[in-house]
Amino acid sequence: MIPAHFVRLLRAAARHRTGLVRGIVCVACANVVQLSQPLVLRHAIDDLYGGVTAEKLGRYALFVLGIAVLAGMFRFGMRHWVIGISRQLEFDIRNEFFAHLQRQPLEWFHRRRTGELMSIATNDMAAVRMMLGPGVMYTVNTLTVGVLSLTFMLAISPRLTLLSLLPLPLVSLSVWWFGDRIHRRFEGVQQRMAELSAQVQENLAGVRVVRAFGAEPREARRFDALSEDYRRGHLELIRVSGVFQPSLAFWSGVGALLAIWIGGREVISGHITLGQFVAFTVYLGMLNWPMVALGWVINIFQRGSASFQRITSLLEEEPAITSAPGARVPAEPARGGLEFRDLTFNYPGAPTPVLRGVTFRVPAGSTVAIVGRTGSGKSTLLALLPRLFDPPAGTVFVDGHDVRGLDLAWLRAQVASVPQDPFLFSITVAANIAYGVEREDAGAVARAAQIAHLHDDIASFPDGYRTFVGERGITLSGGQKQRTAIARAVLRDAPILLLDDCLSNVDTQTEEAILEGLRGEMRRRTTLLVSHRVSTVREADLILVLDQGRIVERGQHAELLALGGHYAALHRAQQLEDEIAAS
Amino acid sequence: MSVHDPEEDAGRAYEHRLAVRMFAYLTPYRGQVAFAVIVTLAAAGVQLAYPWLTKEAIDLGIRHRDTYVLDRIALAYLSALLIGMGLGYLQTQIMQRVGQNLMRDLRAHLFRHLQRLPVSYFDRQPVGRLMTRVTNDVEVLNEMFTAGVDALFGDLFILIGIVVAMAQLNVELLVVTFSVLPLMVLVTLTFRVRVRRVFRDVRSCVARLNAFLNENLGGMSTVQLLGRESRNLGEFRDINAAHRDANLLANRYHAVFFPLLELVSAMALALIVWYGGRQVMWTGITLGTLVAFIQYTQRFFRPLSDLSEKYGILQQAMASAERIFELLDTPVDAAAVRLPGARVADGHGPGARITAAGLLPEIPRVAHVDDADGVGSGTRVEFDHVWFAYSGERWVLEDVSFTLEPGERVAVVGPTGSGKTTLTSLLLRFYAPQRGEIRVKGRSLADWDPEALRRRIGLVLQDVFLFSGTVEENLTLGDPNVAPEQARAAAVEVHADAVVRRLPGAYGAPIRERGATLSAGEKQLLAFARTLARDPGLLVLDEATSSVDTHTERLIRSALRRLLAGRTSLVIAHRLSTIHDVDRIVVLHHGRVRETGSHAQLMAAGGLYHRLVQLQYLGGEDSEPAAVTTR
Repeated sequence: MIPAHFVRLLRAAARHRTGLVRGIVCVACANVVQLSQPLVLRHAIDDLYGGVTAEKLGRYALFVLGIAVLAGMFRFGMRHWVIGISRQLEFDIRNEFFAHLQRQPLEWFHRRRTGELMSIATNDMAAVRMMLGPGVMYTVNTLTVGVLSLTFMLAISPRLTLLSLLPLPLVSLSVWWFGDRIHRRFEGVQQRMAELSAQVQENLAGVRVVRAFGAEPREARRFDALSEDYRRGHLELIRVSGVFQPSLAFWSGVGALLAIWIGGREVISGHITLGQFVAFTVYLGMLNWPMVALGWVINIFQRGSASFQRITSLLEEEPAITSAPGARVPAEPARGGLEFRDLTFNYPGAPTPVLRGVTFRVPAGSTVAIVGRTGSGKSTLLALLPRLFDPPAGTVFVDGHDVRGLDLAWLRAQVASVPQDPFLFSITVAANIAYGVEREDAGAVARAAQIAHLHDDIASFPDGYRTFVGERGITLSGGQKQRTAIARAVLRDAPILLLDDCLSNVDTQTEEAILEGLRGEMRRRTTLLVSHRVSTVREADLILVLDQGRIVERGQHAELLALGGHYAALHRAQQLEDEIAAS
Repeated sequence: MSVHDPEEDAGRAYEHRLAVRMFAYLTPYRGQVAFAVIVTLAAAGVQLAYPWLTKEAIDLGIRHRDTYVLDRIALAYLSALLIGMGLGYLQTQIMQRVGQNLMRDLRAHLFRHLQRLPVSYFDRQPVGRLMTRVTNDVEVLNEMFTAGVDALFGDLFILIGIVVAMAQLNVELLVVTFSVLPLMVLVTLTFRVRVRRVFRDVRSCVARLNAFLNENLGGMSTVQLLGRESRNLGEFRDINAAHRDANLLANRYHAVFFPLLELVSAMALALIVWYGGRQVMWTGITLGTLVAFIQYTQRFFRPLSDLSEKYGILQQAMASAERIFELLDTPVDAAAVRLPGARVADGHGPGARITAAGLLPEIPRVAHVDDADGVGSGTRVEFDHVWFAYSGERWVLEDVSFTLEPGERVAVVGPTGSGKTTLTSLLLRFYAPQRGEIRVKGRSLADWDPEALRRRIGLVLQDVFLFSGTVEENLTLGDPNVAPEQARAAAVEVHADAVVRRLPGAYGAPIRERGATLSAGEKQLLAFARTLARDPGLLVLDEATSSVDTHTERLIRSALRRLLAGRTSLVIAHRLSTIHDVDRIVVLHHGRVRETGSHAQLMAAGGLYHRLVQLQYLGGEDSEPAAVTTR
């Protein structure tokens, strides 16, 4: 039974079979040519022993050169094809991996650490490539060199061959044995390094507490203990790896010794010629590296196949949120009528629902505002519409169609959303604003920035719209980031606009100005607006107050104030805050 | 090729200085290093013996048909192998050991330096970057000491040894054989330059690939919502392709270089056969000599191709060393505590030199020690016209003045961003005020010995920071003045004992992931115990904002009363409901003191405090007045 991941690997490799075959043929040819070199030496020496012409010597020299040229050409082909294909395969697998990640829902990423995925994309990919490139190359190399030189050596003297080859398997064996142990001890060392790193991380993150309690000496002691632990781990590793290289040299040296000692006696007794003796020692030397490579190759294959298995099992995880088979792809953009029908939602693995029996309608073109405390479920409501998380079937509708029955790409294209904590990319401001549209049009970008009241800020940047914002927009203030996200949503020009407390880092006056600009946009679209400020939501067609996942109040501003409940309290608090700010 | 670039010369001089500083760390181990060098040379010598023995076997043994000599040579060969193995083992053991010791020293030095840097330094530097200095960069340096330096000696010695051995055998043949050497140098140099360039490309591609991947993983939902998947896949594909192509180019260089190297070595072989062969026939050099020549030539070329690899290791090590020393050259905080084993550069800037390890002086301390009476309970604290800004002229505190009389409990309240928390940072000397002065017991903070000061101030921070280790270790924090019994008694008094007893292993229970398994309220109680165990004369409490259940709330209030009793206390209050029993309230707004008085007085005045209390009441128990900034 061949494991499934191996089949996958063969299928990937089969795409490059022509090149692969060429490469392998080159390996074999290079070795055939290379191994004829000792033959030349043998004849040259035998001739020297017996008597030779200068002309003949010149011919031998030319043979040596010719062999090197020919073998070199084949070796070029070998690297070119075999290693080249391994790079190509790595390229393919990495692209496939990335494309696969792009299809996974948000919840999938919450279950994994970024570091782990990064490690797969780099370390595991490298391990697989090592297996497919050098791994394959040295395997074929070892096989052909082994078979050929053995044949030549047997032809010279079977007895000598058997005797001097005795230590060679020990070479392969020790490479394999040591390689495995070294790898394991190395992992132990890595583990200790991880512990050391964790302490440093903790210490630096808690620098204030450390200083306040004068805990520096204790921290230094702890660090020293871990550092010493790491050093000891390394010394344990060295004790094994330090034996490895010298013992390798020893075993292959013993082979050479046997060849000289026993081979010399064979020459004295006249069983073989001196030329044969020299050729034999050269063949033996040639066997050395392939034997080392053999043990190494076994390790490469072990690690590579473990890595490939990790990659494969990840690639086989089907995305949980996709377009259903036969999903609707409306030809027209949505009109924007939304409906939430008795929606109760649990995050995967969470014990209690975040939303309970939420029901409301948003007629196309109207604005519905949602207020409520932190944790009342406001953001979740917005995340369910574009299916960042999947709502239960039959609870969320766009233009009367269940979102779960709509094509995912189409659905998301109908939505422009501004999250509370927007994600900016390390590109220019302009490119960030145009991130949600096909083409970056300078005029349109500037108009969107004006609506978001970002234009003046951008004008003060060193390179204006072409200014790079750094990793996650680190060079921008919180308010600027939010306004960039607003401009991004405006430019996207989608029928449904989702604003998730997107002005929390903007001061009151600027908020007022941005809202003024946005109202024009909101009139043309269906808008769901989450905010904790009354000033933001008071003009909405409908205001919902959410508490612990339930709608507890609904109505327009004046109605809710008259009701004297949650909303009225919020309104009063807001007024007080304004008074405090003004005082 | 020999055009000198002044910039490159300057770079060399700089690298030289770096190397000198690095080798200073080797000083304590100079004996071992010297021994390792001798062993390396001896091991190289043994390497040279093998071809020689082969020659003797052919000339003296085989050609004279003397099996006795052949046996003796075989025995010599075996001894050489055994000695070679022993020396090889010894060499790696010593060098690696030295490398490991040295790394431990360097790490300890770095870590202690980090403990002494000003707190403001950590506001600017991401933790991840600093961690890289202590871990990865030190590791890379080690590479140089273990894989590079000593092997370089060995290689060089082998090369010289081979030339000498060959000259002993036959000078004429040596000259002829080595006529290919210029070609060899040319090939290697050309290759090295190109490969270095292409590897730089490879590295930058790897960095781009990682950065792109990392960013996309972080912003995946944004990408998905905006329907950017196919475009981003296209971009990823482009970077991935650049990465592949750079590697393919590197592969092409390798594919050309190695056969070329073989070709040059075959040329040498051909010359030996052709020229040496003629000499065997007409001038009478032995066949054994010829064979030895062939073997020496092959051994000669091997280390040459290694050299370029080692050069790369050296380059990386230099880059790491530069980053490490840059960190070590960052001036330490004047308020840093003494730390045994901390070594300090006796100057700052790139020219600063490290003197021998362990012999460095402590930084001179201007503060005078006042351990005799310490910060007793009768401590008076004065904020005298204090101005402070984290950067430039953006004042966080403006002209703040108020006094804590001995034994008085004062609460500071105000909306978020009013500068409350900054007060605690200044009192603990994490930062120094730009103008004005803070006095404890009538003496300016700058004149206090930081260690003595901090030991007597009890601090409870908003975000309770627990270290990995046992509960007990978290209570004593390794302070020899805090006995475990004392810590337990303190825990009992502030109701933390019951919390601890519920944990498996009680006081010996390990705290993992900064106490993720404990609730916010439980952590708060542990922090109280930690502080009470020290019996501080002055208490600074940055009250927690997180809401806790009513039962824990009651425990915390009772514990707080115990903690505040009889101590000069500064309470930074985020929830007004908990401060009724303080003596005085200071209202801070936009960095200025706006009102001062008791709860009753301030409520009666109907000012800012009155409004804050009303707001708190309206907003429920979990919110503090939100940021109302008017920038």
